[in-house]
Amino acid sequence: MQPTDIKKPDYFHKVVDCQWACPAHTPVPEYIRLIAAGKYGDAYMVNWESNVFPGILGRTCDRPCEPACRRGRVEDENSPKPEPVAICRLKRVAADLKDGEEIAARINTNKKKKSNGKKIACVGAGPASLTVARDLAPLGYEVTVFDQDPKPGGMIWSQIPRFRLPEEVIDEEVGYILNLGVSFVQKKITSMKSLLTEGYDAVFVGSGAPRGRDLDIPGRKEAAKNIHIGIDWLSSVSFGHTTKIGRRVIVLGGGNTAMDCCRTSRRIGGDDVKVIVRSGFAEMKASPWEKEDAAHEGIPILNFLVPKSFQVTNGKLSGMVFEKVKAEYKDGKRNLVNAGEPDQFFECDDVLVAVGQENAFPWIERDSGVEFDKSGMPKLDPVTFKASLPNVFFGGDSAFGPKNIIWAVAHGHDAAISIDKLLNAENIAERPMPGMSMLSQKMGIHEWSYDNEIANDQRFPVPWADIKKTLKNVKMEVELGFDAATAWKEAQRCLNCDVQTVFTTQLCIECDACVDICPMDCITFTPDGDEKELRGRLSAPALNLIQDLYISGPLKTNRIMVKDEDVCLHCGLCAERCPTGAWDMQKSLIKMTTAGPAARSPLKRRDRKAA
Amino acid sequence: MTYLTKPKLHHPTLKKNKVGYTRRDYEGRVSTLCAGCGHDSISAAIIEACFELDVQPHRLAKLSGIGCSSKTPDYFLGNSHGFNTVHGRMPSVLTGANLANRDLIYLGVSGDGDSASIGLGQFAHVMRRGVNMLYVLENNGVYGLTKGQFSATADAGSKAKRGAINTDSAIDTVSLALLMGATFVARSFSGDKKQLTPLIKAGLAHSGAAFIDVISPCVAFNNHAGSTKSYEYIRDHNEAVNRLDFWPNREAINIDYDEGAVIEVPQHDGSVIKLRKTNTAYDPTDRIGAATQIQAHAAKGEVLTGLLYVNPDSEDLHAHLNTFPQAFNTLGEKELCPGSGMLEKINAALR
Ligand SMILES: Cc1ncc(C[n+]2csc(CCOP(=O)(O)OP(=O)(O)O)c2C)c(N)n1
Ligand code: SF4
Ligand SMILES: [Mg+2]
Repeated sequence: MQPTDIKKPDYFHKVVDCQWACPAHTPVPEYIRLIAAGKYGDAYMVNWESNVFPGILGRTCDRPCEPACRRGRVEDENSPKPEPVAICRLKRVAADLKDGEEIAARINTNKKKKSNGKKIACVGAGPASLTVARDLAPLGYEVTVFDQDPKPGGMIWSQIPRFRLPEEVIDEEVGYILNLGVSFVQKKITSMKSLLTEGYDAVFVGSGAPRGRDLDIPGRKEAAKNIHIGIDWLSSVSFGHTTKIGRRVIVLGGGNTAMDCCRTSRRIGGDDVKVIVRSGFAEMKASPWEKEDAAHEGIPILNFLVPKSFQVTNGKLSGMVFEKVKAEYKDGKRNLVNAGEPDQFFECDDVLVAVGQENAFPWIERDSGVEFDKSGMPKLDPVTFKASLPNVFFGGDSAFGPKNIIWAVAHGHDAAISIDKLLNAENIAERPMPGMSMLSQKMGIHEWSYDNEIANDQRFPVPWADIKKTLKNVKMEVELGFDAATAWKEAQRCLNCDVQTVFTTQLCIECDACVDICPMDCITFTPDGDEKELRGRLSAPALNLIQDLYISGPLKTNRIMVKDEDVCLHCGLCAERCPTGAWDMQKSLIKMTTAGPAARSPLKRRDRKAA
Repeated sequence: MTYLTKPKLHHPTLKKNKVGYTRRDYEGRVSTLCAGCGHDSISAAIIEACFELDVQPHRLAKLSGIGCSSKTPDYFLGNSHGFNTVHGRMPSVLTGANLANRDLIYLGVSGDGDSASIGLGQFAHVMRRGVNMLYVLENNGVYGLTKGQFSATADAGSKAKRGAINTDSAIDTVSLALLMGATFVARSFSGDKKQLTPLIKAGLAHSGAAFIDVISPCVAFNNHAGSTKSYEYIRDHNEAVNRLDFWPNREAINIDYDEGAVIEVPQHDGSVIKLRKTNTAYDPTDRIGAATQIQAHAAKGEVLTGLLYVNPDSEDLHAHLNTFPQAFNTLGEKELCPGSGMLEKINAALR
């Protein structure tokens, strides 16, 4: 095989599973180490730079990092319940325990000194737009963010209930962005065409996926008064317009919105609340922990029930009829077919429909120059987020349909790079490389500047407030967050996957010390072969094909060193037992390049210097 | 040394053997030897071999003398019996233990200083008595623990780290063991576990005196240019006569071999050693031939490795002495102290 080129930032980036999986590529182990060291402000800033909303995301993120976390894999067959590090809730710790004034001051140093004379309009004040604003304002752009709602935040505000995300947290983190000199204007934009005539150098559309899907089945019209579209209803609760719901509530849908709907109902009058889903429980779209939270509040989830009709008695909704189905698999495709059981009837006073969201752009005229595809989505370049007009960009849910906050942030970063390059007369298709630095962690013969001891603890649960109280108050936060001591312990579970095992072929004397000490049997010295065959004959089989093999050049005996990155603990024992320093532990700090001079074309930069 | 204990976590696919243990269960405490010491690789091979042989840890006793090599039993088989004896005296303690309890598996671990310098006499006698054991000599040509003085196995003409040349001639422990009557004699290299591990397995299963001399570079004091026990020197001069597969019982053999190049050596206990010859002229059951070949290759500057001699009809000390077939600790007071009548009888027979 070809020896691994460790100079390519992607190689070691992939080893840091959490960072690789994070859409914004947050350097997770770096901030976890800072939390363990009690440097909450630094940990917060690492997050703030990459994901913009540490306090918000630390409570609400969909956490693609956690299923990717190596800890879950290495606990496999080792622990009764293998679990990833609580990456998301540790992020919250940084936000909870930092000194707010210190952070405000640190962020303030990014404040633009003077305008560069260019104006940007962001439509919608959700996470995507706010990220664009955060990235561009410090560069001197005059950014105006428009939203129909009275407060900026978009879906963070309107769709996430306050018992999961308190108001102060939103105000604080949105405030940091506005303080950079970003203007917020409460105004519903009703025409793209007229917006384009208002003198903006670029327009960013981050208006979200604002239309909840309806359910057109018999009885819908007659019972309309007691049937509500989930996201609209949540937003109305968030803004205080809705304060009550009937005693018996059915929530339709299996996503996170459905979970928010049922838990909100429980707090404002619903005491017989159930979630009813078409699919099986396991296939529900909701994150597992959100399902757990609903279960904890005594909300049953009934599955394999397809809504058939709304029942109306005396002109009022009285219940719903469902068809019982079962899953059948044909050619790997799932079909829901009648289970041959009688239909089921459930009584209820209100129904919340949370069966999906659609994008809607009634305000973008079809002759504005922004083109749409057949499904009504804007035609976009998936890398630059550019629409069919050169200075119009999309991001967040309005770009590719409903995802979640962290994706919106990632889109925002990319769109900001495009806008900045465009307005610097650059080719926006040329994208910047991430920055990577490698730093040896060796301090002495057996001393490393990171904590390489592997903690055996299982994941620590986040404490909850008393359910008797939280169910009575729609604004009372349910999760309390880790305290400093528990956060420290949870941080010890992190394997420091960014502290890389770096191998120098010329120094190796093939003494086998690393092979013998490696607790996970990651290392093999063996004759070369092709990857597939090689994976089968290593010290332990390398079955996880997503994880790379680290391959050395030929050694003195003509064999090669092969390291399966899959379940490496990054404990550094190979390097400790290496007599020649052929193994070293080096921290790979990978930072995504954000909008600004660093993201502009290196060629042009050189030209500029020469000139 | 390493200050960290080896993490408990293991690879998710780590297997259990027939007696319900994983390979990791055969480990000991974390090694305090120098990083890269060949001895640690030998420990790893012993761990692997015991795992593969389904050894019950409490059925094995590990004994050693003094030296870095003799420290290693602390680093493997943490749940077995151990006796760290005095310098060069492991063979007599092992012999005594074996006489008292013949039911255990005996593993002697020693160094070249421990065996060929101070303990040469004990080494010779334990071989000629045919004590049922595997004797592993971790041979680095120096006294590692006392900072690298030449040992009795250092080749004449080899150079110490500080430049001194060894003028004494070397004791070849393999030839000596052969001469003394060991019935299983092998040499291997710590850097070649593929060769070493099956040899350890076969040696543990052999009934009689089994001896493996394992060349094991001392990275601290004998791994430089001019040394004849360095990683590089051994890799360049290693001449393997065979590769071995060890089968604990006959039925298990189901691998196709390119016949001709393979010989089978059935063992007393029903196990089988399969040897894939890499040197067709070499017959490991021919004791005199083996001795000649070892000398001939040594004269050419080559280090012959592999299973050098095995006697399929070996017998052990207990057979020689016709001892009682049971371990003493299974006997009651009546058997151990048969009374004055029996004493009278014995005395009468001697008059
Ligand atoms: C009776 C006695 N004499 C001398 C010593 C000092 N001593 C300790 S270890 C050693 C040599 C060990 O050499 P070797 O058996 O080759 O072990 P290595 O450290 O090389 O593995 C000596 C001479 C001792 N401990 N006891
Ligand atoms: S001194 Fe030599 S024999 Fe002893 S531990 Fe160090 S390398 Fe091994
Ligand atoms: Mg020695």
